[in-house]
Formats: sequence, structure tokens, C-alpha cells
Amino acid sequence: MQTAERHIPKYTGKRSRLDKPELLAPAGNLEKLKFAIHYGADAVYIGGQKYGLRSNADNFSFEEMREGVEFAKKYGAKVFVATNIYAHNEDLDGIKEYLQNLYDAGISAVIVADPIIVDTARREVPGLEVHLSTQQSTVNWQAVKFWKEEGLPRVVLGRETSLEEIEEIKRHVDVEIEAFIHGAMCSSYSGRCVLSNHFTDRDSNRGGCCQSCRWKYDLFEDSRPEESWISEEEAMGDPVLQQFQLGVNQLPLFEEQDNAFTMGSKDLCMIGHVPDLIDVGVDSFKIEGRMKSIHYVATVVNVYRQAIDSYMADPDNYVLKPEWIEEINKAANRPLNTGFFYDTPDHEDHIYEPEEKAAPYDFAGLVMEYDEATGMAIIQQRNHFKPGQEVEFFGPGGTFFKQTVGQIWDEQGNELDAARHPLQRVKFKVDQPVSYFDMMRKKK
Amino acid sequence: MGNKPELLVPAGSLKELEVYIAAGADAVLIGEAAYGMRLPGDFSLVDIAKAATYAHEHKAKIYVSITKLLHNEQLEELRHYVTELAKTGIDGIQFGDPAVLQTVREIAPQIPLHWNAEMTSTNYSTANYWGTKGASRVVLARELNMDEITDMQPMLKIESEVQVHGMTNIYHSKRRLVLSYMTHQGRPVDGGSLDKDRGLFLIEAERPDEKYPIYEDANGTHIMSSDDICILEDLHMLMAAGVGSFKIETLLKPLKYNETVIRTYRQAIDAYFQDPENYEFDDAWIENIRRVQDPERELSFGFFYKEQVY
Repeated sequence: MQTAERHIPKYTGKRSRLDKPELLAPAGNLEKLKFAIHYGADAVYIGGQKYGLRSNADNFSFEEMREGVEFAKKYGAKVFVATNIYAHNEDLDGIKEYLQNLYDAGISAVIVADPIIVDTARREVPGLEVHLSTQQSTVNWQAVKFWKEEGLPRVVLGRETSLEEIEEIKRHVDVEIEAFIHGAMCSSYSGRCVLSNHFTDRDSNRGGCCQSCRWKYDLFEDSRPEESWISEEEAMGDPVLQQFQLGVNQLPLFEEQDNAFTMGSKDLCMIGHVPDLIDVGVDSFKIEGRMKSIHYVATVVNVYRQAIDSYMADPDNYVLKPEWIEEINKAANRPLNTGFFYDTPDHEDHIYEPEEKAAPYDFAGLVMEYDEATGMAIIQQRNHFKPGQEVEFFGPGGTFFKQTVGQIWDEQGNELDAARHPLQRVKFKVDQPVSYFDMMRKKK
Repeated sequence: MGNKPELLVPAGSLKELEVYIAAGADAVLIGEAAYGMRLPGDFSLVDIAKAATYAHEHKAKIYVSITKLLHNEQLEELRHYVTELAKTGIDGIQFGDPAVLQTVREIAPQIPLHWNAEMTSTNYSTANYWGTKGASRVVLARELNMDEITDMQPMLKIESEVQVHGMTNIYHSKRRLVLSYMTHQGRPVDGGSLDKDRGLFLIEAERPDEKYPIYEDANGTHIMSSDDICILEDLHMLMAAGVGSFKIETLLKPLKYNETVIRTYRQAIDAYFQDPENYEFDDAWIENIRRVQDPERELSFGFFYKEQVY
């Protein structure tokens, strides 16, 4: 990943409607929504109780959506809802009412894969924007144009699209383009995988994905002569074919010490290439991860917010800051790569080695209050911490410092040997000023 | 009772096509590998024209698959391909990408369009939506069950095609996953070929008896099911429901196997339509198929009788 190099523009794409690209973040629940927006997201996408692809997530009720929309409004941010299943017959009843309820709750847009949900939304709830989901695997400009003509102001491209292809799409069609720029990826064309259905009877295209692509497999070559199983009777009488019994014909394409085969991909990370994404005309930068932690969402959003703002403010003097990369790495769950933006992923872009422990940092505390006179902060405990531990404070816009935790007290003034209780409010002296909603993290 | 359903099979060469039509296929799916997806072989435009002539002489139809996920660079050639296809007299084009639908509607509106979005054609309403855009047939997802398929027939405004036999695709990536893995190991790729003729397969640790074929081509990496669908015993339910076309997947199977399977389904369809009231399943039919079935691949009902959760 290049660091202090000057960015030389290679692309000349145009954004459609937005002066500045939108930073779009996942919000698995109301609390994550608040963090994502406070840390700089222009919009968040959430899941509702139905029609989403994360049936295990802590999905939003309409009441929670209304609260989320109210919160977002204060920041001028928007809330989108992923309504991106491929519907079966039994799912069809109630789509219209559901979409109407989303609109009434103040949702700005739905992210949709199934054309019948697109069509229903356009006809029945015209005020609700429809964005085409990446699950449609849209990877050419003519298909993008088709969806624009169907009334969609935005298309989320398939993750197989390169920067050059995005530039060409933008040249042909005046439509907002949203691209995933950070997070975990399906290694298949999105929507074109039913491994879960086959292995566990869980429907991947209705939110049941069990991530079989990250399991381990052995690769073999069949060494039977092509027609050996044409007739069992024939085979029984043939001494040559007799030797090709079950098991014997499996020629392993691995040695005992080799890593297993897997389809699992490294995670996408474009922090090193924000100017390229902006130059090419990507309208919305999408971060993956409705199931990810608050710490992850806040950290990643915070970094991309700074990079986008910095490039937009002064493109000629933009420099990729090393601390942005450090920050991203503190939240990373897997090794990172640039997906299909520059080239088709190869052997260096998949994870064959045993995976290291995910994200090396924990969210330890949330700043609730700060007293400038005394330098004391009230911290809401989010994970066990104690005096003597090194922690980091960070907040929106890139404020950051490290310190060692000194003496800590509860609100009644009793000294504590550790902050043990979830959401407990504790006090201690901080080395630098902090603000409400700044976060404190510690190494795992 | 509706019309007799069509028996559709993909063919990889003119020779295969002739054998399959002789065995009882009513329609054959072919195409240039550059535009089709998971076809058993590559047909040039010249051979597509020959196939159409041959098929029409034998009262069979020719459909061409353009179900690849197209990138920008192929859009211009696609127009040329469709223009040339229009001259061959083919009877239909399978599409998944709206770009193909638009191109065919513009250049060759006389060619019927069959919507095939693989595992994502899952309900009648979306099929009817594509009907309003010009499609006359939906190729239903293999992950649907018998009730979903039969219940939706009265609601469908376009004809439906259902795969009744053979393997199915369960994973498709643009990545070259086998090449990546072998490069990672430092293992040479003998002859450079990781294509469907190489006989590669995966085994997952907890399912040692299930072999999942895997291969690479210009469309990336394909992983196929470890079992073969065989709905022969309950074919009458699909016939009674009015399914318009039955597809037998021929991919990764020897010619003789496919010939046997096609002939057997032909017998069952003909027997049913001779006298639907008194139709009885003949165990000899399934025995015909069992005799040639790869002993390492189970004949199964696929998702026809499975309850899926999510």
C-alpha cells in the first residue's frame, strides 16, 4: 500500500448528483447507527424485520427506524433499508405494505435485488427511492441503463467491476453508482451461490448464508477412465476397470502439509485508493458489515471520512496518512486487498493459511462526560479494563492519543481495581481533552 | 390438461445434438462459449446455423444461451452476435442480463426470450415482470420445491422451464480459484487446463462421500452439486401442473449416459400423455438410469422435497 506518495489522477469520471461522494455505513442496530453517523457516515443502511439478507442480525422494528431517522436528521444523514432477498412465492404478500411502512418511517431509500420488489416500490411507493442491490451482479453499462430507465437513481455494482469499467459506466449512463469499498466480500458473484442451501438447507438468497465459502476443502482429480461407470455389469467383468474402485480414483492435488482449498476471500480495503474512487466518479462509498462491532464501524467510518474530506478539500496536496492505515488495521478482521478494482484477484487474495485472531482491539469504554477543569472523564464501560493498562482514545475527525489508565473510581468515589461491569460509569484522569462519544479501545 | 411439455437438453457438439434428438429431445440448448454459461461445448455461428437446420428437419428447436454475466467490453460484440444469430433461424435465446434482453428486443425482436437468472428466478411475480419486458419463458431456480413450482403455474403469465435431471451449479465466481490454490501451493498446472474435462472435484471434511465437481473457464470458477437431480418418479406431478419445458442437464456426463436418460424421460412423458388418467410409473425406467449412473453420485430429488430455512 503506498503511503506519502502524491496522488496523480488517472480517471476522469463524473459523479451524478452529489457534490461530494457519500460515505455509506452499515448499522446492525440503533446503537451502531448512532456511532456510524456520529463518526462521519452520510448515510447508513439497516435491515428491517423482513426481506433482508441478514436474518441473524439484530434487525430494526419500524419504531427503531423512526428513532434512527430522527437521530440521522440532526446530522443531515439518511437511512436506507436493505430489502434485498430474492423473494419466493410465499414472500410476495405484504411487500407493498412493508415498503409503505418504511416510507412512513422516514426511510430515504431501499436497496433491492428482486425486480418484483423494485417494480412494486416504483409503482406503489413512488416517494421511496430504490437502489439496485449488488445481489443483481450488475457489471455492464447497458444493464445499468436498463435499471435507470426503470426509475432507479442508483445502482450498486457487482463487486467484479474494475475502476476502468466504472469510469466507462459513468460515461454512458447518468446514474449514481455505489460501490463497496471496504469489508468482507462474497467470493462468488453475489446471489450466484447456494453452497449454504446444499450443505445446511439454509437459503443463502433469503438471509440464511452459513459462509460455506470459508470452510476447508480438499481438491482431487478423478483418475477414472471417462466411461468407466457407464455400466456396472461391464465394469464388473472388466479386470482393468475393477481397480478403479471408490477411493482409489481420487488423486489428491495436495500434500499432507499443504493448506486446504477454500473460496474464502481477503477483505476489501480501498483506503489506499480513495482519490481513484473519487476521480472515477463513484457516488457512494459503501462499507460492508451490518454484523460488525461498534468499534469496527466507528473506526472504519472515521478513517474514510477523513480521507474523503481531505481529498475533496485539496486534491493536489492529498496525502495518504499512515495513521489511517494503522487505524484500519486495528479494526481489520482478516487480511486486506483491493478486490477487482485494479485486477482479478489471484492466489494472494485468498486466505489459505489458518486465520489469525480477528481484530486485535476491543472497544473498552465510551466517553460520557469530560471536566476540563480537572481533566477527569466519565467513561461508560464497554469491556473489562483496569489501572496500568494502555488504552487509546479516538474521536470523529481523527483525534487520537494513547495513555496508561491510572486510578479509577466509580461515580460514588470508591476506588476500583478494575472496570468490570458492562455499562458501568467510571471516572479517571485523561491525558488530553476528550468529548462526549469519543471511544476508548484496548489491545485484546 | 395442457400441451405436452418440451424435453430440452444442452448439447456440446453437432454429434451430441444428433444423438440427443434421436433419443427424444424436443429442443437443444447450445451457443458460443463466449456468451453462454456452463454449456457442454462451444458452437460456432456456422455450427449453430447447421444445428438449427438439422433440428428443424427433425421437428426440434434450437435455443441459444447468452447467460454470461457480461462486462462492458462484450456489449459491442454482443450486438454482432445477436445480428448473426438472427440469420440462423434459432427458436429462442436464454438471457439473464437485461443488456441481452434489450439487445435482442432491438436487433431481433422476432426471437423469443427465455429468462434464466439461475438460482435467483424464484417466484412467479418476478417472472411475470420479465414477461412484461418481453420474455416468454422463465427458467425456474433449482432451489425451489415441488409445491412452489406447481402452485405458481396458474399464476404464471409465461411458460416455465424446470430442470428435472442432472447436476446443478451451486457456486459461480469470476475468480480463478483452482489456479489460485495451485499457485499458492507452488503446484504446476499441468498443461494449463483446469477446465471441465480435467475431472477436478472438492470434498468437504464432514462430507467425505460427496464429490463436488469444480472447473474453470472464461466465466471464472464453477462448483457443481454432488448429487444428480432425478424427478422421473414424480414427473407426472409437473406434467399435470402444466410445466412447459423439462430440462435434462447433460454437463459433465458421457454421451451414452445422457442418451439413456433422455430416452427414459421421453418414454415417461409419452406414456403420460397417451393416457394421463391411467398413467403408471414403470420401475424399469428408473432402473435404466440407475444402471448407467455414476456410483459415486447419488440420484436425488434435489430441493423438490426439502424444507429450507433462513
